[in-house]
Amino acid sequence: MDQALVVPDREDFIATKGKQKKQLKCDADSIAGCVSQRACVYCGARVVLNPVTDAVHLVHGPIGCSTYTWDIRGSLSSGSEMYRNSFSTDLKEQDIIFGGEKKLLACIDELVQKYQPPLIFVYSTCIIGVIGDDLKSICKQASKQYGIEILPVESSGFIGNKSAGYRAACDTLLHLIDLGKESLHQVSSQRQAAKQINYLGDFNLSGEAWIIKGYLERMGVKINVAFTGDSDSQHIKKAPDVDLNIIQCAGSMHYLAEKLEELYHIPYLQVSFLGLQDTANSLRNIAAMLQDETVAAKAEQLIAEESAKVKPDIDFYRSKLVGKKAAIYVGGGFKAISLIKQFREIGIDVVMIGTQTGRQEEYETIDTLVDDGTVILDDANPAELEKFMIEQEAHILVGGVKERPLAFKLGKAFIDHNHNRKHPLSGYVGAVNFAREVYTTVCSPVWKYLSK
Amino acid sequence: MGGLLNLSRNVNENPCNMCMPMGAILALKGIEQAMVIIHGSQGCCTYMRRHIAEHYNEPIDVGSSSLNEKGTIYGGEKNLKQALDNIRRVYHPRMVGVITTCLAETIGEDIRRIADDYLTERKLDDLFIVTASTPGYGGSHTEGYRFTLRKIVEQLVEPATRHEKINLIVGDLSTADIRELQRLLAMMDIEYVMLPDVSDTLDRPYSSHYDKLPPGGTRLSDIRTMSGAAATIEIGITMPDELSAGKVLEEKFGVPLYQVPVPIGVDNTDRFLAVLTEITGKIVPEGIQGERGRLLDAMVDSHKYNFEGRSVIFGEPDLVYAVTKLCCENGIYPVAVATGSQANKLSQALEPLIADCPQPVQCLNGSDFASIREVAEARGANLAIGHSDGRYLEERSHIPLVRLGFPIHDRTGGQRLLSVGYTGSANLLDRLTNTLLENKYKTYRRDMYEEFYQHEAK
Ligand code: SF4
Repeated sequence: MDQALVVPDREDFIATKGKQKKQLKCDADSIAGCVSQRACVYCGARVVLNPVTDAVHLVHGPIGCSTYTWDIRGSLSSGSEMYRNSFSTDLKEQDIIFGGEKKLLACIDELVQKYQPPLIFVYSTCIIGVIGDDLKSICKQASKQYGIEILPVESSGFIGNKSAGYRAACDTLLHLIDLGKESLHQVSSQRQAAKQINYLGDFNLSGEAWIIKGYLERMGVKINVAFTGDSDSQHIKKAPDVDLNIIQCAGSMHYLAEKLEELYHIPYLQVSFLGLQDTANSLRNIAAMLQDETVAAKAEQLIAEESAKVKPDIDFYRSKLVGKKAAIYVGGGFKAISLIKQFREIGIDVVMIGTQTGRQEEYETIDTLVDDGTVILDDANPAELEKFMIEQEAHILVGGVKERPLAFKLGKAFIDHNHNRKHPLSGYVGAVNFAREVYTTVCSPVWKYLSK
Repeated sequence: MGGLLNLSRNVNENPCNMCMPMGAILALKGIEQAMVIIHGSQGCCTYMRRHIAEHYNEPIDVGSSSLNEKGTIYGGEKNLKQALDNIRRVYHPRMVGVITTCLAETIGEDIRRIADDYLTERKLDDLFIVTASTPGYGGSHTEGYRFTLRKIVEQLVEPATRHEKINLIVGDLSTADIRELQRLLAMMDIEYVMLPDVSDTLDRPYSSHYDKLPPGGTRLSDIRTMSGAAATIEIGITMPDELSAGKVLEEKFGVPLYQVPVPIGVDNTDRFLAVLTEITGKIVPEGIQGERGRLLDAMVDSHKYNFEGRSVIFGEPDLVYAVTKLCCENGIYPVAVATGSQANKLSQALEPLIADCPQPVQCLNGSDFASIREVAEARGANLAIGHSDGRYLEERSHIPLVRLGFPIHDRTGGQRLLSVGYTGSANLLDRLTNTLLENKYKTYRRDMYEEFYQHEAK
């Protein structure tokens, strides 16, 4: 590092490619007072489960947790809009003292009467863990009483970070799948009939899952259920009915894929539909995994057609952007990896890259991909982002809502890679959208006025 | 009046309020070189930062003590002290506001004691730590905001010699509103201490140099001498006494207190200026009189359109009160007025305002958007006024929403909306009228066709 970090405890979380051979520290608790950009367990769980469209999402806790997460994600639905509401037991001082179980039951009663939902997720928040409400038994009891699925999500905020929340969400999904077991008959014989796969780790932001679904259909592959973009309780229960699971967002869904392999012997494949190269590779790999030559042939045809279609656009943007430098700070490691490649496709090199919840293997991959001198950091904070964006002379930052104003204040361009984006970034369409967004921000005339 | 709707429901469906620490952050962001540490788990802090950043489009750095399982079981003292160390290292604040969350309160953390120990242990006599207990279940962000201001006054103000300045304690208004109040005071040649002052800190000008802590905010030296002021004007009439910072100054230091509504609308602005005159003896200058005249002119120009308006107003109680007043002055009679906070004083204050409304007005206290929507639809509202979380009124009930207050996260420039004073009121009124007009022009051809066109046999 050229200049010592202000908080020495953070040294191990930061590395410069090529300079030293040390292992980056990750997956540890955030250091107090470091203004981490990371969220909590509840947040992780909510992100993953929120797109389940026909579920009532009931937050058991005080009002804030529910307010701040109300319909802030751009997941789209082809059916129910129930998931866009935010329900809370809205605990008050009295409930904290005497326990919130009674209120929770009363809320469930009300919700069942008003909406007759097929499924209710009950999220536990920070204080539920402390006051000791027995979510499990309440949900079980209510489930029995009403004959619908009412599932607890163990997402007390302080027991870990966002990754723990992903796991809690996956456990809840597994529970739901397990409940549907009886309705699945002769799983194995059905599997041979048609090529069916589950698509894990796409939340259908701006219709991204629909785009991928379209590609696969053109290849003669049917998506059984997407986790969790535009999914519903009925379809989720049919998850074991497939030949293959593919995972887009690894951070949130790797665990679910492993479990599904263990329990239902479904193999899985890591894919990425961010960028031209990754999209093409992923489609090919799916065909290979399914060991089907017609599928493979159709995949090649699709890749050829779609690549040709977007080439002029990508070439145009590339010509405008070549030579610029990018900084990346996103949630998961896998997304970060895809972004490095995607930037290369439009002529941009990455000079700083970090994630909130990246895993060791992902950081290793990142290290092999980036050029010497690139700064790699885990669980960064605004002060570090500021320092490295300036030192590394980045022109553009990719990140979430919290990082945007910082980039703008530093006079840098910015790309939103967050859950409330309004245009898809997946597949060939997404690759063009990405390039266009980079172009709109990097090549805006406003920057000229800042240096005056 | 339609009476207070009794919400016997248990579940909160689509919240109309936020939690206490959120308000605390907003208040603390208006103090010179201040940083905030939220004592609790990481998530609350991240969510609130995200929310505020999206409204103000400003970097919102707030520290967290990042309480984990261990801290929750054995106490978070170590975490909080470490957080203070790290915040000081990176930000060099002159003041730190330490506030709590649900979690810290539930496990019973004594943040004042920890803060005092910290100051002694580290031998710091030039750092101020203001502490406020703000459990998320203790009230809405409005209470968190007021409570924190009160704590700032309780913990920082010292006895001082009398001086000419007045104290102006403001609610959670847009940065444009704050600047407008400052302009009015300057025009009247009145010296003041404004608490808090977010005009620069939450809306900072672009500069080639980036400061981690933005310049601006209420000066600590000024806060300390608020005890010697000629009077305090506190903008807000719905807070209970125990949440009023002005009351502390009155009771402890004998500074006369005037509580006034947010100066939106003719009457409320008149009242604000009249209080200024009463305290300082200075008359309202011609320039401001001209602005008043222009507002009246605007009201006349648009009165016929406005008379077709039937509004539903929601949000932070004091803002709701002031906007209701403006609506009533212009014939945009409210059919429903709602807040997510528990604001008992609000319904009292509203009573005389809405007594003359042609239709009964439903007042909703401690409400959520499920109830607000239900009432707004049933009463035929054609205009909604409030923050972005009311967007379903627009999306699902097709009641156009004029965005006002906090948070505005689905439009840009929420912090630049000007609504106070005569000029701001005219500005807001135009936004309301034009929304009514836009909606009318959008639909009248179709409406008339559907209502009157008859098929002729050719
Ligand atoms: S309600 Fe409590 S737990 Fe939830 S965000 Fe607010 S302070 Fe945090």
